[in-house]
Amino acid sequence: MFPNPLTIPALVLVPLICGAASLMIRSDYLRRIVLISAAAIHLFFAVTSGHAPAVLSGWLALDALGQLFLCIVSVLFLIASIYGVGYLAREKGTAKQGLFDAELGTLLVNSPESLLTGCLLFFLSAMTLVCVSNHLGLLWVAIEATTLASAPMIYFHHRRQSLEAAWKYLLICSIGIALALFGNFLLAVSTSTVHGGELPLLLDQLLRNASSFHPQWLKPAFIFLLVGYGTKMGLAPLHTWLPDAHSESPSFVSALLSGALLNCAFLGILRAQQILTAAGLAFFGQELLVGFGLLSMGFAAAFIVQQPDYKRMLAYSSVEHMGILALGVGLGGTAVFGAMFHAVNHSLTKGMLFLIAGNILSVMRTKTASDIRGLSRLIPFTAALWMAGFLAITGSPPFGTFLSEFTILKSALEQGHYIVAIAYLLILSVVFIAMASIIVRMVQGNPLRNPEPRASREPWLMILPPLFLCMLIVILGLYMPPALERLLLDAATVIGGAS
Amino acid sequence: MLDMIFVLLILTGFVFLGSGRLQFGIRTLAVQGILLGLIPLLEGGSAWWGRISALVILSIGIKGFALPYFLTRAMRKSNVLHEDNPFLGFTPSMLVGILCLGGSFWLASRLPFLDSSQPQMAVAVSLFNVFVGLFVIISRRKALTQVLGYLVLENGVYIFGVAFTVNVPLLVELGVLLDVFVAVFVMGIMIFHISKSFDHIDTDQLSSLVG
Repeated sequence: MFPNPLTIPALVLVPLICGAASLMIRSDYLRRIVLISAAAIHLFFAVTSGHAPAVLSGWLALDALGQLFLCIVSVLFLIASIYGVGYLAREKGTAKQGLFDAELGTLLVNSPESLLTGCLLFFLSAMTLVCVSNHLGLLWVAIEATTLASAPMIYFHHRRQSLEAAWKYLLICSIGIALALFGNFLLAVSTSTVHGGELPLLLDQLLRNASSFHPQWLKPAFIFLLVGYGTKMGLAPLHTWLPDAHSESPSFVSALLSGALLNCAFLGILRAQQILTAAGLAFFGQELLVGFGLLSMGFAAAFIVQQPDYKRMLAYSSVEHMGILALGVGLGGTAVFGAMFHAVNHSLTKGMLFLIAGNILSVMRTKTASDIRGLSRLIPFTAALWMAGFLAITGSPPFGTFLSEFTILKSALEQGHYIVAIAYLLILSVVFIAMASIIVRMVQGNPLRNPEPRASREPWLMILPPLFLCMLIVILGLYMPPALERLLLDAATVIGGAS
Repeated sequence: MLDMIFVLLILTGFVFLGSGRLQFGIRTLAVQGILLGLIPLLEGGSAWWGRISALVILSIGIKGFALPYFLTRAMRKSNVLHEDNPFLGFTPSMLVGILCLGGSFWLASRLPFLDSSQPQMAVAVSLFNVFVGLFVIISRRKALTQVLGYLVLENGVYIFGVAFTVNVPLLVELGVLLDVFVAVFVMGIMIFHISKSFDHIDTDQLSSLVG
C-alpha cells in the first residue's frame, strides 16, 4: 500500500462530518446508513494507514503504537455500530409501547436517536485523534474530547441511575484529566534544560532530546500524567466512575467504552513512558506501572467476587484487564509484546461480552444475575456465546487471551519477579472462579419465567456481531497473522520492550 | 503588578472557600478568570503580540464571562442558591485553606528552580488553587459547587502554564479552553436534569450505584 497523504485527515474528519450531519438528518434509516458507512470508511483507512505521511507539520502522525490502537478502535466501532443499529430499531419498537419504570413510576423517554448517533461519531473522531496525535497537548485535548462526547451516551436511557453514572463519569474524568494537563506543563518545564530553550511538545522531538531533560521535573510530570490518564483508563483506586458508567450505558456503548476508550487513555500513559525510557528513567515508570497494575487487578477481583449485577461484573473485569496491561508494560521485555497482544484480545473479548450482555438484558429485562436462570433454554445462541466469552475473558486455552496472559506470566518468571507472578496467577484464578459461579448459574437450570415469544428473542443482528468477535478471538488463539505480529512487535519496540 | 495579581488570586481562593452563596462563588470565579487572562499581557515575553491578544481576549471571554453566565443560568434553573450544609463548615474550610497555602509555598520552595523567584510564587499560587479546588469538590454537597471547584482546579493548572510561559502553541491553548467550555456546558445541562428528576442537586444522595 503506497502512502496516501489524505489518510490521517480522512480518519479524523470523516466521522466528525458524518456526526455533525447525523445530528441534522431526520430519517432514522438514512442516519443509520450514515453511521455504518462512516464506520466502514474509517476501518478501510485505518487498516491501510501504514506509513501514512505526517500532516500539520508533524502534529498528526502515526507510529506502530498509534496504528495498533487505531485498528482496535476501528474494528470494534464498526461491529458495535452494526449491533447498535439493531439495538436502536428494537429500542424504538419498545419505546412506542412505552417502557414503564417501576422504580421511578414514570414512562422512560430515551434521548433522541440523532443525538446518540452524533455523539457516537464524534466519539470515534476524538478517539482517532488520540491515536494519531504526535503532540502531547493535542493528545490531552483529544482525550478530554472523548469524555465529553461519551457522557451524553451514558445518559441515553434517562434513568436516574444513568444520570448519576454520567455525572460521576464527567466529573471524575474531568478532574483526572485536569491533573494530566498539569503533568503536560511539568513536562514542558523539564525540557527547558535542553540547549536552545524549551521544545514544542512534539513527541519525536521530545524523544530525540529526552536525555538532557531535567529529571526532577520529569518524574513529577510522569506521576501526574499517570494519575490523570490512569483515572480515565480505570486504574485503581481512581476507577470508581467505571463500573457505574459501563453498567448504565446502552450495551454497545459499554462495549466501546471498555474496548476502545480505556485503550486510548492507556495510550496517553504509554507516551509518557516512552519519554521516560528515552530519558533513561524507564525503571521509575515501570515500577509505578507494576504497582498500579497489581493494585487494579486486586481491587477488581475483590469486587467481582459475589457481584450481583452481571454488567458491573464485566466492568470490574475491565479494571482487572487494564491492570494486566499496565503490569505487562511495567515488567518490560517480552511482557510488553504480551501486553500489546492482550490489548487486542481484551478489546475484542470485552466488546463481545458487553454485546451479549445487551442481548440478555433486552430479553430478561434485569441486570441482577441471581434473577436469571436457564439461559441455555431461553436463548441458546446467546447463552453459548456468553459461556464462550466467559472462557475467553478468563484466559482459557483456545482463545487469544490465553496466549497473551501466558506471555506476560512467562516474562515475569524469566525476569525473576516471582512474587509478582504469584500474585498475578492468584488474582487470575480468583477471578476465574468468581466469574464462573456467576455465569454458569445464569446459563444452566430451568428458566424462572418466560419473558417473550421465542421468535423475537434473538434477531440475527444481535447475534452475528458478537459471534464474529468470538471467531476473531479464537483465530488469534490459534494463528497469528504475520501482519498483526509485525505491528505488535513494532508497537512493543516503540515502548521499549525487547522482542 | 504581576505579584499583585498572584496575591489577588490567593485571596479569591479564600473568598471562594468561605462563601456559601452560589452566586457569590460564581462571581469570584469570574474575577479569577479575568485575573488569569491578564497574566500573559503583563509578562511581556517575546511572543508574537497577535497570539497574546487572541489568548487574552478568548480566555477572559470564556473564563470571565461565558462560563459564569452559563453557571448562573444553571443555578437559576435548578433553583438552588445556597450551599446549605457542607460536610465541613465554612470557618474550618478557611483553616484548611491556610494549611493548603502553607503547603503550597513549602512544596514550591522545594522544587528545583531554574532562574528567578517569580515562578516560585506562581507555582505556589497554582498549587494553592489546585488544592482549594480539590477540597471544595470533596467537601461540598451541591453538584453546582463541585463544578465551581473543578473550575478553580482548572484555573490553578492554567496559572502554572501561563506563569512559566510554557511553550504551548495557540491551537492547543484554544483546544484546552474549548474543552473546559464544553465540559461546563454539559455539566450545566446535567445539573438541570438532576434537579428535575431528583428535586435537588445534592450529590451525596446520588448513591444508588455502589459496589
